[in-house]
Amino acid sequence: MVPTEEAELVAAAKSGDKAAFDQLVRLTYAATFTLAFRLTANEEDARDVVQDAYLKAYRGIKRFRGDARFSTWMYRITANCASSLLSRRSRSSHDELSADEPLADTRAESDPEAMAEAGFARDRMTAALADLPPRLRAVVVLRDIYDLPHEAIAAELGISQEAAKVRLHRARRKLRERLFPLPGEEQAHAV
Amino acid sequence: MRSNRSAHAQREMTCDTVATVLPGIVDGDDVADPEVKRHVETCLRCQAELAQYRKVLRALHTLRTEVLVPAPGLLPDIFATLGAAGERRAMHHLLTGRRAAYVGGIAAATAAGAAGAIVLASRHRRHRHLSLAS
Repeated sequence: MVPTEEAELVAAAKSGDKAAFDQLVRLTYAATFTLAFRLTANEEDARDVVQDAYLKAYRGIKRFRGDARFSTWMYRITANCASSLLSRRSRSSHDELSADEPLADTRAESDPEAMAEAGFARDRMTAALADLPPRLRAVVVLRDIYDLPHEAIAAELGISQEAAKVRLHRARRKLRERLFPLPGEEQAHAV
Repeated sequence: MRSNRSAHAQREMTCDTVATVLPGIVDGDDVADPEVKRHVETCLRCQAELAQYRKVLRALHTLRTEVLVPAPGLLPDIFATLGAAGERRAMHHLLTGRRAAYVGGIAAATAAGAAGAIVLASRHRRHRHLSLAS
């Protein structure tokens, strides 16, 4: 259900009211930045992605049907922009982590027992996400944090739904191995 | 002894197979095969692994409500980008409008010229026709 105020702003923005679009930006830019930061794991990249995303939204606002929240539409655009940026980056860089490379937990304070007792700390999960290879991170962030359907994720990342699912499962496995290793996996991790 | 080892190997293999599907069935994204269900019900290791996946999901869900505060300057930067795009668009409209006006003007002038020529030619023809008749 889209709130009335937001629906009115969207309608005004669609008819060319720049002030209405600016207001939508004010209402959503922090959440959009949060997603961009989670996808890129880098503040500068996140800022570039956010600006690019709002520019695309501004140019394409007439195509926005308004049956979903504006923020959800922005999430999809942001995912697309971040994916483009990371693809460009990976084409020009050869030292990107492979999707199958094990993640190294480099923090000395790693203590799974204490972590299990205290529950997950947000910063630990954020750090684990940041260490995932970008293509795995994108899928798990969009699905498990932002609750986007597989179809939307696949469309915005330019991959098949099947590929999106495979990446999601790999990402979940890597996060579990790192944050909640089973007996035996801890030793493998330490080696 | 041999049968024990064989049973163990079979169980290990089954655990490995189940381990590949646990990340998908943890939230009901994939439907668990009845054989997988039966295995998990009787295997403590797989139950533990499934529980760990649930913890991962819960932890990810806690991030849903978190909104990071961007460094100051992002909002003005966004507006500056949008402003520049708006100006470019306005300039484009202006140029496209002028181009259309030029083309329209030329077309109108050409049409007027052609019409004038036709009128003059027909007058000239009529004049010649009258002088021949007289």
